[in-house]
Amino acid sequence: MKSVSGIDNVGIRTKKDRIFLGLVVLLSVVTVSPIILIIFKLIAKGYKQLSFGFLVEKMPDTMQAMTAVANNELIPGGIANAILGTLLMVVLASVIAIPVGIITGVYLYENQGKWMANLTRNVSDILQGVPSIVLGLISYMWVVKHVTMGFSALAGSVSLAIMMLPMIVRSTEETLKMIPQTLKEAGLALGIPYWRVLFGILIPTGFSGLMTGILLAVSRVIGETAPLMLTALGSSVINTNISKPTSAIPLVIWEFYNDPNMVDLIWSSSLLLMIIVLVFNLTAKQIASRRK
Amino acid sequence: MNTNILQIKDPILSIHDLSVAYDKNVAVKNVSVGIKKNNVTAIMGPSGCGKSTLLRALNRMHELYENITTSGSVLLNDEDIFKMSPIKLRRKTGMVFQRPNPFPTMSIYDNVIAGYKLNGISQTKQERDEIVERSLRDVALWDEVKDSLTKKGTFLSGGQQQRLCIARALAFNPEIILLDEPTSALDPVATSKIEDLLIKLKENYTIIMVTHNMSQAARISDYSLFMYLGELVEYGKTKNMFTNPQDRRTEEYLTGKFG
Repeated sequence: MKSVSGIDNVGIRTKKDRIFLGLVVLLSVVTVSPIILIIFKLIAKGYKQLSFGFLVEKMPDTMQAMTAVANNELIPGGIANAILGTLLMVVLASVIAIPVGIITGVYLYENQGKWMANLTRNVSDILQGVPSIVLGLISYMWVVKHVTMGFSALAGSVSLAIMMLPMIVRSTEETLKMIPQTLKEAGLALGIPYWRVLFGILIPTGFSGLMTGILLAVSRVIGETAPLMLTALGSSVINTNISKPTSAIPLVIWEFYNDPNMVDLIWSSSLLLMIIVLVFNLTAKQIASRRK
Repeated sequence: MNTNILQIKDPILSIHDLSVAYDKNVAVKNVSVGIKKNNVTAIMGPSGCGKSTLLRALNRMHELYENITTSGSVLLNDEDIFKMSPIKLRRKTGMVFQRPNPFPTMSIYDNVIAGYKLNGISQTKQERDEIVERSLRDVALWDEVKDSLTKKGTFLSGGQQQRLCIARALAFNPEIILLDEPTSALDPVATSKIEDLLIKLKENYTIIMVTHNMSQAARISDYSLFMYLGELVEYGKTKNMFTNPQDRRTEEYLTGKFG
């Protein structure tokens, strides 16, 4: 008896299956390989410079670097000015963006389907798509020109805060939406005023969700360079005054890149930045998975 | 006047002409009824008949949703609930929900005292301890949890969680406890514990309970309301209603012809 054509060709089918599986594996490897290559390269070229001094000493000047390079020595100094600058600006940006973002997220959650809320949500989404250098320009116009009368950490923070806002707004709204409605009703049924229900019950219940959103927002802005060039400018000294120009890790990477004597430092600085971003990302992931 | 509606003398809660509508769909139609103090009143009827909607009107829960409109009046001890502040009203009426919903971030202790703490009422540690112990004893949970008061409320079993939620509602010493199908998510053993508890609690509180479970209404309620399609069809002593229903629809529901 003749079978339906092709149905007995198990051999060909198995082969096709294997080819497809091979393709899937190959493409997965292609996806993961950049991050592995990046980390490998950064460690290989940057680990020598990474030391305690690198974290606590300020940036070397060109002469020191040139002498060290000429003598085939490690470049002295560190990037403490940039680390502190990044810390200062990210903390300040968080102080601005977190309360505003959370309150806006609560507003969106409480006013589902109303046109003002829909408009706010859409505008916030658009804000997320605005190129960061444009946000830098805005902060330049607002803060550099009118508030601090010059490049400043505050101006840098404002541009980073605007970048963080839409992410925090969205994660707040999504987190609150996942909290069962009866929890809010139970709180109100006890005669608790709404704002206390919000801060005493809803926000603590959604804390890990909010924290995840905040950490991801921070890890995104920590590597931002373009807006800081227009606002914080950079500085070779350690600065803690928010109205003065300030350095940041991505800014010094750019400066090192442009200085042939210090170009070796870009690897260690990038490695440090990468580690910080990874820590934030993994912590956010950890918190998010613990929730489930 | 509908003759199937029992008139209660000196009711703790008297509802006049209460209607509730979701957008334009009227879910509760002109209900007028008095609730007797220190008794268990069951609201029963098939799904979608407006039982929960009626219950939730009594502590003004509907005000959270803009598409719901309420009309009529409800007097709690001769005071119009729609004229008092919702916060004051809700402290006088505890509510227990279908599914146990202890506040997940709080310990058992904090769950019971949440109404006080989150209202910013200042108390000494001793006052708090007393309220927690009294409320947990009231729901027969004290002996089970007295050594683990700092554990999260969500670690308890479903039945224990529901008793914790009742304790949370009792902490304010409310006059009325509103229960919205409090045992529908629980197993039979936990259900019977809650039923025993409600019979005991009526000594000090007035209980209004929504249930879709007729035998539960028969077991524990003193008075029953039967609702159908948003209307109050019949109201009377549970014993009388189950043995001799006045309305054809009540009879058909109780004999299982629909519902």
